Amino acid sequence: MSTLGTVFRRELVSYFITPLAYVFIVIFLALAGAMTFFLGSFFDRGQADLAPFFTFHPWLYLLLVPALSMRLWAEERRIGTIELLLTLPITTTQAVLGKYLAAWACTAIALMLTFPLWLTVNYLGDPDNGVIVAGYFGSMIMAGAYLAIGSCFSALTKNQVIAFVLSAAACIIFTVSGTPLVLNFFTGWAPAEMINTISDLSFLSNFNAISKGVIDISNLVYFASVIGVFLFINVILVELYKAR
Amino acid sequence: MPPMIELDHLSKRFGAITAVDDVSFQVKRGEVLGFLGPNGAGKSTAMKILAGFLDADSGTARVCGLDVADHPIEVKRRLGYMPEGAPSYSDMTPLAFLNFIAESRGFRGDKRNDHVDKAIEMTQLFEVLSQPIETLSKGFKHRVALAQALLHDPEVLILDEPTDGLDPNQKHEVRSLIQKMAPDKAIVISTHILEEVDAVCTRAIIIAHGRIIADGTPEELEATSPRHNGVTVSASANTLDALAPMLRDMKDIKEVEIGDDSLFVLAKDGKAIYEDVRVLVRQQKFDVRDVRPERGRLEDVFRSITAGNGGSRGT
Repeated sequence: MSTLGTVFRRELVSYFITPLAYVFIVIFLALAGAMTFFLGSFFDRGQADLAPFFTFHPWLYLLLVPALSMRLWAEERRIGTIELLLTLPITTTQAVLGKYLAAWACTAIALMLTFPLWLTVNYLGDPDNGVIVAGYFGSMIMAGAYLAIGSCFSALTKNQVIAFVLSAAACIIFTVSGTPLVLNFFTGWAPAEMINTISDLSFLSNFNAISKGVIDISNLVYFASVIGVFLFINVILVELYKAR
Repeated sequence: MPPMIELDHLSKRFGAITAVDDVSFQVKRGEVLGFLGPNGAGKSTAMKILAGFLDADSGTARVCGLDVADHPIEVKRRLGYMPEGAPSYSDMTPLAFLNFIAESRGFRGDKRNDHVDKAIEMTQLFEVLSQPIETLSKGFKHRVALAQALLHDPEVLILDEPTDGLDPNQKHEVRSLIQKMAPDKAIVISTHILEEVDAVCTRAIIIAHGRIIADGTPEELEATSPRHNGVTVSASANTLDALAPMLRDMKDIKEVEIGDDSLFVLAKDGKAIYEDVRVLVRQQKFDVRDVRPERGRLEDVFRSITAGNGGSRGT
């Protein structure tokens, strides 16, 4: 476990000794703010909640998380440090988890820095803080799922741009499968159960459920399974790279 | 004493290319094995398998008696590895980087600092400790990678081209470091600088097309050179013209090559002819500047056995 911590710390520090973490956090905060106030009409709604803030998180992550995760393995492969990392007495699983958790921590820091919004809404009205906590929690675990997808695709190539495009594409699929855009395509000919299943497999529907303040075990299991499956594939991809 | 490193019929293919083809050898404690071969001969691949970075297709690699494939973590604990090109996390400083390596090798607190300090001292990194690695010269980057490999004082050291790209002084330092560590470790270095083998290796293996084609001490390999035990005679052109026919008549002499101001006498089957040539020159009172024996250069051996099809297979 302590080796995992070592990998985690090195990776997290590396986000902050380069401009990467700062750029990510600043853009995240700027976009989150812009979406909340302009697209989400935070003030005009006249309601003391953070729904307009959380609604846009899936789209925000869609854009920013692949940018954060694309370097995770692709860069190690490109500059050859993967050879160094994998010849240390560290298991592949420890390396994958350590790097992944560092990226997640970076996202968590960005998310926590949106606290002025929470202060604002408490100053302006009397929101249900339980729902807001659930929203932050849901957003966090959803970011973890996006990151797991990104980390997995990053291990597939040594080209960061390819890693970005592939993970963004996969993230889109997982996001939009719950939108009318996709569901309408199936409505009319596909059985209702199938439509429900497709909708259930979407980040949007699972996240929306949590951010309404209802933390259902099935939503948690869903995100946890996405994370588990993609990190598992990630470990296999790194192992395959050794066996190539 | 069991060998510290043991390769047993190791093979590795990349698609249609066989990078390592049925390679077997052993390295004992105290030995410094020079791994020689043209580019693409399979040196790095074999070292990567040994370091646990690549899986072999068949055969086994053992370090300290442990199979690399079955006990990867145990093997990596006992082994220091410097990959080709000396990669390191370039945005970190050498100090932060070495601390990371020490911690991932399980050293904490004072123990970590002791190991890092020792590695810094051995590789003389004091002056660059707090500069990002990416801003360092190639020589320092190399030393950082070397420090990383020997930080935990491993029993087995695998160094892939440890002196590549270094200036002559730095090369000398790295070689002295290797010699200093040699007695209680088993060390494998790959190189294509042949003087390096003479300077630090107790044994050399030449590999081409993935196969071992020669294995022996540097002296033994030199003895297989066609120029081994030859003699160079330096004199004026007239003297050389007169001397050459007499040399050709002597026994044990295979051939005489005449150059502008020296000639080279090739010995038959590597026989010792130096004394005979010297006696002849003295008896006939030839006016020569110098008579000098040749050991045979490793470079000639290397060229003659790695050019073309790689020659016949040795042990």
